[in-house]
Amino acid sequence: MSTLTKQTLSHLDWLESEAIHIMREVAGQCSNPVLLFSGGKDSICMLRLAEKAFRPGKFPFPLMHIDTGHNYKEVVEFRDKRAAELGERLIVRSVEDSMKRGTVVLKHENESRNKHQSVTLLEAIEEFGFDACIGGARRDEEKARAKERIMSFRDEFGQWDPKNQRPELWNLYNARSHKGENIRAFPISNWTEMDVWQYIEREGLELPSIYFAHTRPVVMRQGAIVPVNVPLTNGELTNLPKAGEEIIDLQVRFRTVGDISCTAPVQSDADTVEKIVLETATTTITERGATRLDDQTSDASMEQRKKEGYF
Amino acid sequence: MSAHQVEDRGLLRFLTCGSVDDGKSTLIGRLLFDTKAILADTLTAIERTSNKRGLTAVDLSLLTDGLQAEREQGITIDVAYRYFSTGTRKYIIADAPGHEQYTRNMFTAASTANLAIILIDARKGVLTQTRRHSYLAKLVGIPHLLVAVNKMDLVDYDQATYNQIVADYKAFAEQIGLSDVRFIPLSALNGDMIVDRGERLDWYDGPTLIDILESAPAAHTEQAESFRFPVQYVCRPQASDNPELHDYRGFMGRVEAGEIKVGDSVTVLPNGLTTKVKDIQLYGASLDKAIHEQSVTLLLEDEIDISRGDMIVNSDELPAQTKQIDAVVCWLSETPLSPARTYWLRHTTREVKAKVAVIAHRVDINSLENEPATTLAMNDIARLTLKLAQPIFADNYEASRATGAFIIIDESTNNTVGAGMIVG
Repeated sequence: MSTLTKQTLSHLDWLESEAIHIMREVAGQCSNPVLLFSGGKDSICMLRLAEKAFRPGKFPFPLMHIDTGHNYKEVVEFRDKRAAELGERLIVRSVEDSMKRGTVVLKHENESRNKHQSVTLLEAIEEFGFDACIGGARRDEEKARAKERIMSFRDEFGQWDPKNQRPELWNLYNARSHKGENIRAFPISNWTEMDVWQYIEREGLELPSIYFAHTRPVVMRQGAIVPVNVPLTNGELTNLPKAGEEIIDLQVRFRTVGDISCTAPVQSDADTVEKIVLETATTTITERGATRLDDQTSDASMEQRKKEGYF
Repeated sequence: MSAHQVEDRGLLRFLTCGSVDDGKSTLIGRLLFDTKAILADTLTAIERTSNKRGLTAVDLSLLTDGLQAEREQGITIDVAYRYFSTGTRKYIIADAPGHEQYTRNMFTAASTANLAIILIDARKGVLTQTRRHSYLAKLVGIPHLLVAVNKMDLVDYDQATYNQIVADYKAFAEQIGLSDVRFIPLSALNGDMIVDRGERLDWYDGPTLIDILESAPAAHTEQAESFRFPVQYVCRPQASDNPELHDYRGFMGRVEAGEIKVGDSVTVLPNGLTTKVKDIQLYGASLDKAIHEQSVTLLLEDEIDISRGDMIVNSDELPAQTKQIDAVVCWLSETPLSPARTYWLRHTTREVKAKVAVIAHRVDINSLENEPATTLAMNDIARLTLKLAQPIFADNYEASRATGAFIIIDESTNNTVGAGMIVG
């Protein structure tokens, strides 16, 4: 080993640079990509990365959100505001429309709509003819994701075949697909939850308020903190408490934000990004373990959902 | 920068080679566990699984257990990526299965790694598999090799056993021309010499595994490399309502080798025109220079027609512009290579049609002998000559990893079926 040390990028600069490179590869290789934007923290980072990749030009893709109809009002409002600030086109497709069409049938009224997003997503891909969807999934989130490629091929049914993935070498990405098939591209695959928060801090990114400590009514259900009486954008309340449950006001924040029915907050008094970074460094519970009620059903539930077309 | 930020030693990607029997999964589990990358709920989950399988202690190897099919068969099939951080440096581990039939996976994992940990079972010493892994690590150009003699607990932490393995390995390393190899004795099971030194390896006075990882150079090479900038995307925001942008032509890409400063002379390939760098931009800011692996936008002094697939390079050190390459190829697909067929070859941001001209030989990765071949099956490694429909701008892989590497894509399925390194 030589004593002369070459200048290298800091870890955040390296991750940023890799993500920009991946986004530009999608733009260069695919004819009709779309960037999935939910208003959540990972996709907020994705927008900053897209700005770094393509400004002063427009993004070479629209933004799209698959709305379950059960999203936090603060997040939906933030989503619209951010897209407008950027001057980029936002497409919203809703699970409720798929329900009206009869392509999504809930087992019962209160069933989580989270997994049904796959149906609406596939319908939107077909409607617009998208050949690539860029998403903010990370490999550290879940063990099925640890083996997913950065450019992940999906057949015409949107299925992921974990045993038959394209090998991915160096930084030579293969985003080729035939008509009807598509590529899911994950520019922040190599980021961890900590990297995301450090990036938000460094870039001074604005976030929906529910990521910061706030007081809200919750009940304790099977060890998880479940928010109740959550107002939707139309003013209606969802996640009503069950009979006999005691409602308490608790100071909480969300580590991940998704469908209201399956996202739980954690108890926290971290009300700034800096405090969240510190809390993330010392937490003892994984991001999805703490907060995603849908991943706990079985050891392989994420893998199963992904095989069916989920992100 | 906030107050709690400490020195950033960048990011190191490394690869672990070995099979389950060598304790590879246990080693990774131990690294994640001792650097506190494993959180309580994950630990509870593997405790539950360990109990279910009738184990008395928590099996750290379960931390790296991935897909349903792998859990069913109890073996690792595919490359998995794991992450941990020491606060000063972030690590990406490529965890590749060790069996012979997974040569392609190790090849894949090695392609992005700057350091490889080669695991040896202290009871078994240097095996065919050790040779295979070392050969592949060298072939793919991993600059730093660390031979970890694991399971020292099963040989009573015996120094003589360790010394013998080191001597055997050194003899073999010399044979295949490996330099920069380091050695460490450890017990992944008990955590000796991983993050903590433990008390049973007192005779070893070298650094711990984590110390070696912390001090390894993050750069792929310490040598100066020629500037290479494959153009990924061209930014021409004419439609913008800002009149200043009407003549804006930004060439977007990542510095794949070397570095570039404002005012440097560059040549654009394939047209061969030379100009100077007017500005280096990243999100509105102008930079004085851009270094290896940095994604930026270049603005040039002269108006030159440039599109995706072109390459901007240092005018003094041009790559070869060629329609024929000699390469070492690893075949990745279950469908064998057909010398009669045409494939896509992707090199940097350029894609050209390619055909095999001649297969010089195949390498038996166990004996490391060359043998004749007329086709290639999955996991085969061979030296061959390819003919290309259009030129590429090629460097030798040894001189420049990013501009010396390519993948081969099947035209009909779009699958990535081969990976290659240019040798001439």
